[in-house]
Amino acid sequence: MTDVVLRTERLFKNFGALKATNNVSLDLRKGEIHALIGPNGAGKSTLIQQITGHLASDSGTVCLMDEDLISVGPAERARKGLGRTFQISSLAMEHTVLQNAVLGALGQRGNVMSFFKPVMKDAQLVSAAKAALAQVGLAEFAATRTADLSHGQRRQLEVAVALTLKPKAFLMDEPMAGLGLEGAQQMIGLLTDLRKEAPILLIEHDMDAVFALADRISVLVYGEVIATGTPEEIKVNPEIRRAYLGDEVPA
Amino acid sequence: MKRETWINGAALAVLLGVPLWAVMADEPFIITLATRAAIFALAGVGLNLALGTGGLVSLGHAAFFGIGGYAMGILASHAQSYAPIMEAPFLIEGTKSMPVIWLVAMVTSALVALVIGMLSLRTSGVYFIMITLAFGQMIYYFAISWPAYGGEDGLSIYVRNGFPGLNTLVPLQFFGLCFAILCLALVLMNAIHKSAFGLALSAARQNETRVLSVGMKPYHLRLVAFVISGAVTGLAGALFADLNRFVSPTMLSWQMSGEIIIFIIIGGVGRLFGPVIGAMIFILLEHTLGGLSEFWHVYLGALLLGIVLFAKGGVIGALAGREKAHD
Repeated sequence: MTDVVLRTERLFKNFGALKATNNVSLDLRKGEIHALIGPNGAGKSTLIQQITGHLASDSGTVCLMDEDLISVGPAERARKGLGRTFQISSLAMEHTVLQNAVLGALGQRGNVMSFFKPVMKDAQLVSAAKAALAQVGLAEFAATRTADLSHGQRRQLEVAVALTLKPKAFLMDEPMAGLGLEGAQQMIGLLTDLRKEAPILLIEHDMDAVFALADRISVLVYGEVIATGTPEEIKVNPEIRRAYLGDEVPA
Repeated sequence: MKRETWINGAALAVLLGVPLWAVMADEPFIITLATRAAIFALAGVGLNLALGTGGLVSLGHAAFFGIGGYAMGILASHAQSYAPIMEAPFLIEGTKSMPVIWLVAMVTSALVALVIGMLSLRTSGVYFIMITLAFGQMIYYFAISWPAYGGEDGLSIYVRNGFPGLNTLVPLQFFGLCFAILCLALVLMNAIHKSAFGLALSAARQNETRVLSVGMKPYHLRLVAFVISGAVTGLAGALFADLNRFVSPTMLSWQMSGEIIIFIIIGGVGRLFGPVIGAMIFILLEHTLGGLSEFWHVYLGALLLGIVLFAKGGVIGALAGREKAHD
């Protein structure tokens, strides 16, 4: 398949006797949002950490555009084109919103060992950063200290920083978590368009968002993918309804 | 203009004004004190890059201060005894030329910082503090037990080293030299703080995961910061030895490392002029209170306690408020 961007093959991760990730093989294809759902403790975040390299895998491979990334660390994987957002916002809190975005643009461009040129006057970096901020709707907050942002705005900034990386694939760990109804709608609108730039592997608890956004859904239970399919297929799969969705979900 | 800029300007004006006044009042000792303050400030400016911007609490920076001092002592002592440092495989002679001594001091400190940094930056937090302390102590005891250059007694130089076009034995001229180097270092640090490297280093202090996730390695950033930091503190050490015309293992002691940290804490951690103001206050206290009692460190301790408890941003933080994120 030529349209596979990101692929994991037989990934394993044990924490002692706990099988956090158990033989996970899944792929992310061009232009799609692939949602990863599952009950708390199913190993969704562990899997994302393994894919981004923040957590070493026991065995298996992670391939981005057919390049095996399993042996390299998180910094290299980011440079190769994995753009991630965190479940708990992970930003430089003392820096301004714009500085955080510029940091991402700087990571994308490389050449961080520059000691004399003021980075915030680098037109190329700043315009890339501002474009990303505008895309998530944070343009007017560019000069705000990140610590002074609301929870929802920090989630938007997470996405903006991932955007500045111009990644080949996005990995988003609950970008909707803690957003209000309006914020979630805004984020859904944003992600809908974003998948055209790069496909998104999305972890999300908000089922309305998942069914509104996802092209495909994988269900993770006890570290194992028990099903992968279109939202329609997942909705009617009786095993999943029992295990996870609850019977009251309208089919 | 921002308030902090005014404070910084005032600090420089005082540091420059006091020795000028001292020349007119014929108080050469005051000039020596001001020179001491400028040199300590330079040592602190060096450490501040690692500690303030990088968040690396190094309790071993006396190693670089002392290595700078010994670079001066060893080169100058060979020059005054006309005995070459080594003859085979090639001849290396001592020198009394400050620019050469500074270069050697900075390069040596940087190399030692590279080795210490490569090993200690694999740890963080308390372990980092302890490892840097351990390296500092190793070098300290090495200096004590190495008889070739005075061992415990240290090394005296009869005449201060020379700088082209200046008479460094005139206190004001030597002060001017140290002051100019301090200003240069401040310009350099200001540039680094605003550069791509500075942004990334500071971000790595605030959130390591974030920096990794945009494809940068915090370890590399910190190592480079540590090396630059060590080189600047080493240069300060060479100047300090030249000021006293004497170098001893005391310059390498962990108390010295602590004092450099104290300059930064008094002035304001991570502030460009933090160590400058801190060193000036330290010298002022040492001079005024030290005259009253041998135990003047008690008052220094009280001041530190007050700052840590009530003014975490140090003097600059208390006067200028939270650091404005630069645009």
